[in-house]
Amino acid sequence: MSILVNKNTRVITQGMTGATGTFHTEQALAYGTQMVAGVTPGKGGTAHIGLPMFDTVLEAKETIGADASVVYVPPPFAADSILEAIDAEIPLIVCITEGIPVLDMVKVKRALSGSKSRLIGPNCPGVLTPNECKIGIMPGSIFSKGSVGVVSRSGTLTYEAVFQTTAEGLGQTTAVGIGGDPVNGTNFIDMLELFLGDDETKSIIMIGEIGGSAEEEAAQFLIDEAKKGRKKPMAGFIAGLTAPPGRRMGHAGAIVSGGKGDAGSKIAAMEAAGIRVSPSPSDLGRTLSELLKSSQ
Amino acid sequence: MNIHEYQAKELLAKFGVAVPKGIAALSVEEAVAAAKQLPGPVYVVKSQIHAGGRGKGKFKELAPDAKGGVRLAFNLDEVRSHATEMLGNTLVTIQTGEAGKQVNRLYITDGADIKQEFYLALLVDRATSRIAVVASTEGGMNIEDVAHDTPEKIHTITIDPATGIMPHHGRSVAATLGLTGDLAKQAQTVLAGLYAAFIGTDAEQIEINPLAVCKGANGDELLVLDAKVAFDGNAMFRHKDLAELRDLTEEDPAEVEASEYDLAYIKLDGNIGCMVNGAGLAMATMDIIKLNGEFPANFLDVGGGASKEKVTAAFKIILKDPAVKGILVNIFGGIMKCDIIADGIVAAAKEVNLSVPLVVRLEGTNVQQGKDILANSGLPIVSANDLGDAAEKIVKEVRKAA
Repeated sequence: MSILVNKNTRVITQGMTGATGTFHTEQALAYGTQMVAGVTPGKGGTAHIGLPMFDTVLEAKETIGADASVVYVPPPFAADSILEAIDAEIPLIVCITEGIPVLDMVKVKRALSGSKSRLIGPNCPGVLTPNECKIGIMPGSIFSKGSVGVVSRSGTLTYEAVFQTTAEGLGQTTAVGIGGDPVNGTNFIDMLELFLGDDETKSIIMIGEIGGSAEEEAAQFLIDEAKKGRKKPMAGFIAGLTAPPGRRMGHAGAIVSGGKGDAGSKIAAMEAAGIRVSPSPSDLGRTLSELLKSSQ
Repeated sequence: MNIHEYQAKELLAKFGVAVPKGIAALSVEEAVAAAKQLPGPVYVVKSQIHAGGRGKGKFKELAPDAKGGVRLAFNLDEVRSHATEMLGNTLVTIQTGEAGKQVNRLYITDGADIKQEFYLALLVDRATSRIAVVASTEGGMNIEDVAHDTPEKIHTITIDPATGIMPHHGRSVAATLGLTGDLAKQAQTVLAGLYAAFIGTDAEQIEINPLAVCKGANGDELLVLDAKVAFDGNAMFRHKDLAELRDLTEEDPAEVEASEYDLAYIKLDGNIGCMVNGAGLAMATMDIIKLNGEFPANFLDVGGGASKEKVTAAFKIILKDPAVKGILVNIFGGIMKCDIIADGIVAAAKEVNLSVPLVVRLEGTNVQQGKDILANSGLPIVSANDLGDAAEKIVKEVRKAA
């Protein structure tokens, strides 16, 4: 098994006719993903890179069937596109767009509550289940089918974890980038819940970064679940130990402010939850391998 | 994006929030002229820099017992002498660091007769994904200290975006601050105005410290005595008018230049320059340099593309920092092909006549072709196999060159 997406997942692209949407939809098709349609207002009835185009998400869903939508729409219009997908009751929405105003995301988050949709992102690399389905911009070539679930706030650090677990011969069930924005659709806890419940996922890598308290909340969730007997070996990393307070480190959400969200307290919380936190981002795969050997 | 106090207050006044009368000044003469337009007899002369702690701050050029960056004046001569001491001098506060910030602007305001001070702030609360209102009776203090020492004195309410601000939110804030009668109604007006300003400007934070009960001609007034407003940079596309409020002299010139090339750059204190794709990987690269015993000179996210133009601009910006003794380039190509990135790095290194050691770690498709291009470039570029290897190599190169 895997989480969120598999070979049966039918995916539409919102904003497919733009350069980014076109390129990554082609890449996803080449990976074997069931990309089934595109949505760009005004392009309905035409075809683009061999796929039918629709004016609205609802038309695409009703005509062709879709389990997931990926959003490559530019920041000023991205929240509207996500809201349209929520309105059309698309079960999984993955938003790659970086730079969406945070108050737009406050609205989106409100619309998600009680809806039939789950949002991954924004400002994320997407979701990938090896050899089955690639939604987003992750490089398929570094993946191999295996047993590690990967969840990360950072795109390129997701690639590090995937690359290293592939090199260690462990492979991945699914990798999820939850994104670097302060307000995002899905947090660590939701993904850890799915990975804990997935039989094929034997271990988990969790990569956080400075800012907010999502890692601390996830650590508490893991402690609570472990008490119920739900536990898997986990390795982790937190980026930003050297980041100065009060500065936004590239990601909108990566900022230590008001004395909160520093790397040290996140590492402490994760270690308290039994996660083996690697001091070096280049030792993630090795750290997990050693943990798995020692716990056998 | 941050703005000055006087800009923040002018903005809040447009949204119906009561602030004391005040006028900005760029020279001593303008400061005196500003004071003449105010009713007096008490004036406040306030240094305008993008940092807190101004009142308790010290001017580098003045005697240690000289007054701070916010001063009372009881006549026009005092306004003149305070303005003379402040303008052009360097104010050091707990938030500026040792270097301090030069004061180029002043704000001359009406002196208020303060009876009581509060703290009130609006921000986006990440845990609830909503706008939160933070209120405390402990005004005029450093709110982080209050949160640490007496957390029970900080009250937070969140606002459902579906309803927006409601009168009961204002009543709740008034109750928290112990305000009754007309002052409670004024608190509702203030909060409604702040919320409207927050939404209307796509603010990231509005901090009022202090919000004060002041003696007025017609009874007590609730006034915003200091305001810190920051905007969400991602929303500036819909607020072209607010972009004019940006004061570039408050920002690091290298960071401003980097933003023009769409590069996220932050200067740090170390000696190893970094160029990385992706914010998380860029932070991780900084961390691993420290793990190997040196300190990064900067954070730099070159973005997904890492084109020759961007890499050249990034090299130039990194090399402007004289402390830089070596550069580590760490690119996880992903879908980008490593040979194309390597071509860009070589061309950029030639264009800037790179004179410090350069270690490059490339990963992704066509990684071997990429490494071959670097090796055959005729430049002293050291290739690294992974991030750990790269950090070890750049630290070794920098120490060898020292």
